[in-house]
Amino acid sequence: MYVAVKGGEKAIDNAHRLLAETRRGDPEVPELSTEQIREQLTLAVDRVMTEGSLYDRSLASLAIKQARGDIIEAIFLVRACRTTLPRFGYSVPLDTGSMTITRRVSATYKDLPGGQVLGPTFDYTHRLLDHDLEHETEIEEAPVAEPVQGDMPHVLDLLCEEGLMEPPISPGDDPETEPGDITRDPLVFPVDRALRLQSLARGDEGYLLALGYSTQRGFGRNHPFAGEIRLGSVSVEFVPEELGFAIEIGEIDITECEMVTQFKGSKTTPPQFTRGYGLAFGSCERKAMSMAQVDRSLRAEELGEDRVAPAQDEEFVLSHCDNVQATGFVEHLKLPHYVDFQSELELVRRMRREQEETMRGAAE
Amino acid sequence: MTAPLLSVGNLTKRFGATTACSGISFDLWPGEVLGIVGESGSGKTTLLQCVAGLQSADEGSVAYHLDDGHRIELSTLSEPALRRMQRTEWAFIHQHPHLGLRMNVSAGANIGERLMANQWQHYGNIRSEAEKWLQAVEIDSSRIDDLPSTYSGGMQQRLQIARNLVSKPKLVFMDEPTGGLDVSVQARLLDLIRNLVRKFGLSVVIVTHDLAVARLLSSRLIVMRNGEIIEEGLTDQVLEDPQSAYSQLLVSSILQV
Amino acid sequence: MSTEPASVPDPGYNFAYLNEQTKKMIRRALLKAIAIPGYQVPFASREMPMPYGWGTGGVQVTASILTPDDVLKVIDQGADDTTNAVSIRKFFRRTAGIATTSDTETATVIQTRHRIPEEPLSESQILVFQVPIPEPLRFLEPRETETRKMHAYEDYGLMHVKLYEDISQNGHIATTYAYPVRVEGRYVMDPSPTPKFDNPKMDNCEALQLFGAGREKRIYALPPYTRVVSLDFEDHPFEIQKWTEKCSLCGADDSFLDEVITDDKGGRMFVCSDTDFCSKRQIGRQEAAE
Repeated sequence: MYVAVKGGEKAIDNAHRLLAETRRGDPEVPELSTEQIREQLTLAVDRVMTEGSLYDRSLASLAIKQARGDIIEAIFLVRACRTTLPRFGYSVPLDTGSMTITRRVSATYKDLPGGQVLGPTFDYTHRLLDHDLEHETEIEEAPVAEPVQGDMPHVLDLLCEEGLMEPPISPGDDPETEPGDITRDPLVFPVDRALRLQSLARGDEGYLLALGYSTQRGFGRNHPFAGEIRLGSVSVEFVPEELGFAIEIGEIDITECEMVTQFKGSKTTPPQFTRGYGLAFGSCERKAMSMAQVDRSLRAEELGEDRVAPAQDEEFVLSHCDNVQATGFVEHLKLPHYVDFQSELELVRRMRREQEETMRGAAE
Repeated sequence: MTAPLLSVGNLTKRFGATTACSGISFDLWPGEVLGIVGESGSGKTTLLQCVAGLQSADEGSVAYHLDDGHRIELSTLSEPALRRMQRTEWAFIHQHPHLGLRMNVSAGANIGERLMANQWQHYGNIRSEAEKWLQAVEIDSSRIDDLPSTYSGGMQQRLQIARNLVSKPKLVFMDEPTGGLDVSVQARLLDLIRNLVRKFGLSVVIVTHDLAVARLLSSRLIVMRNGEIIEEGLTDQVLEDPQSAYSQLLVSSILQV
Repeated sequence: MSTEPASVPDPGYNFAYLNEQTKKMIRRALLKAIAIPGYQVPFASREMPMPYGWGTGGVQVTASILTPDDVLKVIDQGADDTTNAVSIRKFFRRTAGIATTSDTETATVIQTRHRIPEEPLSESQILVFQVPIPEPLRFLEPRETETRKMHAYEDYGLMHVKLYEDISQNGHIATTYAYPVRVEGRYVMDPSPTPKFDNPKMDNCEALQLFGAGREKRIYALPPYTRVVSLDFEDHPFEIQKWTEKCSLCGADDSFLDEVITDDKGGRMFVCSDTDFCSKRQIGRQEAAE
């Protein structure tokens, strides 16, 4: 006698136990602490904070540990946690001009006010595996430069003063209206730049990297210059209703990238440079650069350029950039589809039968 | 005297710094075939798209006269009303068939789409109407279930015509309908278009760079250059006795017959 | 049949996980959806602790309408004990502490993926569907900006092109699930990937039917007693699947049957996909025999 499949509940419980055991690995090896992840896997932590849209190094470290190092799974955990958090309000816009700089490079000028600051970068390392790292190592203290005094002007503002760069707010957007919030309202196309930047900011790094790359290879040509990339800490200010003025509530580390792209002008606008913008939590340079490229390529319509490449297609780019959505839907194919498949089975059998009958009929 | 079917007044369209059409005015009379000729870049295709409501003009008016005497101004039409008109009263034949056809569904479905959008609900009737139209454009009706991609270029163009004419439109816009086809195929297609125009009493605006096509199909001609009309008149007149220097050049360079 | 009584919910969460602000937002979308049957209402879908595509839309709808007195039934493929159904039921037991059941008749809220129960529903019940792709025109026209217009202008010719093409290529309409319907003569709606076998149950249904698509951020609804017509042609009318077999467990010949492969030599049997319906019939047969 056949008994329909039962025991889903027990199977799930057991699977969870096995998962916990697998995550821990060999118990002879000391357990990884979240402090170790937070201090030593900082770039993974920063990516989880950025795409998880939650600035909390400890929660991100915990998520990475729980997700066994699967970054998208960790982002997912952080996002689900974010849903349960109460919202107090919106901060005052960050003043990145007054940030404390750890790194700042510009590809457009050899030298500029504030100077070029290389900071902690892989850029000029030789990618040779360092076997010394297999063991605990003493790290020589790095020399520290004098911190740059005063504000460090944005490279793009320098161009702006000369009239060669478009002003920071793009023409389509009304500076008087509050920007929307993609975590509170559904995205309805076409979207304005604020919503686009929010979507891109939590978009998957690999996806944006590939799209940015495609624009450089000719799919939606927009040859960009890295006007400026800066990494450092900036204070976050908030206006509590009962006070009515801004107070500093903390500092966060961010990476900001501004790309410069030429624009040949239109009847009303003289030729000038246009911008693409990227921003990420912590140190996420690759992400910020790709984001800035894609932001610029998505402005094709606004700037009257031909929309021919995937990276210029707003609905395509933004509908598919969220890795939590993407992974959920791709992986849902694992769920049972017996019923739909049964319907298809029945149809294919019927169609085969009908074809057989027709062929037999024709042969007779 | 009857009213013109279509009146275009002072139509202007710009793309950034360039002006594609500037202050264009013309009338189209019922049953008339109007040719718009000019070299590529003269603005004739942009003009056609603005008049047909596929692009919006920056300035000027496009008025269409309905049977009941009502005059519709295109720019005041709501989008659904415009779409309805584009799939009932009007038709647009693109130069490239893939722009006017659904390449991923069969020829029958291509012809049937306008019928289904206009509430035909009987599969058998839709199918027999599609067969009738395939025959009307000289395509073997046994090809009804084939994809357009299996058709030759000339057949695709004839299928596009059938797909458009099935809803019995009054006004047909054609953008270089014979462009990109071999000379012999072109001749057959032109012949077919001429017969269909006569048979259904269609009014047509046809854009072409080929004066031979214009002479064969159109009764009146507009010559465009740099976004402006530089000459207009009866086709024979313009071709035999071109007034402007540019038209003279155009006629002498192309019409070696 | 199993029913578990209400218990104390996990104090770490608001009732049914979502905060009240979010529930209000979703309820507003639900009210709009009910007011315009078949119309897809955009809503600010939240990130849930289960993956997108695994029922986050249905879960958010259920969370917004649940009251402590509700009795919840969750099915996937018609069965109460498939893993995802178990997981969602557990989620609500933990966060809302409500009573759960597998009995269709007792349930006040039924969340489902891919099936509508065989037993007719009543006015006191709400059926919540999990929807992956809410847009019936999506595979004909991938652009949201365009499909929105097609709905607004009732420009549905393309939908029939698909059905025409099915018949011309296969001799009959080859859509077996997610079979499009017209709601009250106005909106064309995707009934979610339920088999077309279940489409007739949607028509004039006594229960309120709610559809939630979390990833795509859309909610739509069928109020009780709504006219739901499956699209077809006059000469190729809509018809549902039929089996030559009966259920091997309960003998039903009018329910949706799952095929189960019993060995690797082509042996197979057919059983009801609706496990509650089937087990009730089995009990009935036993009692009749005794």
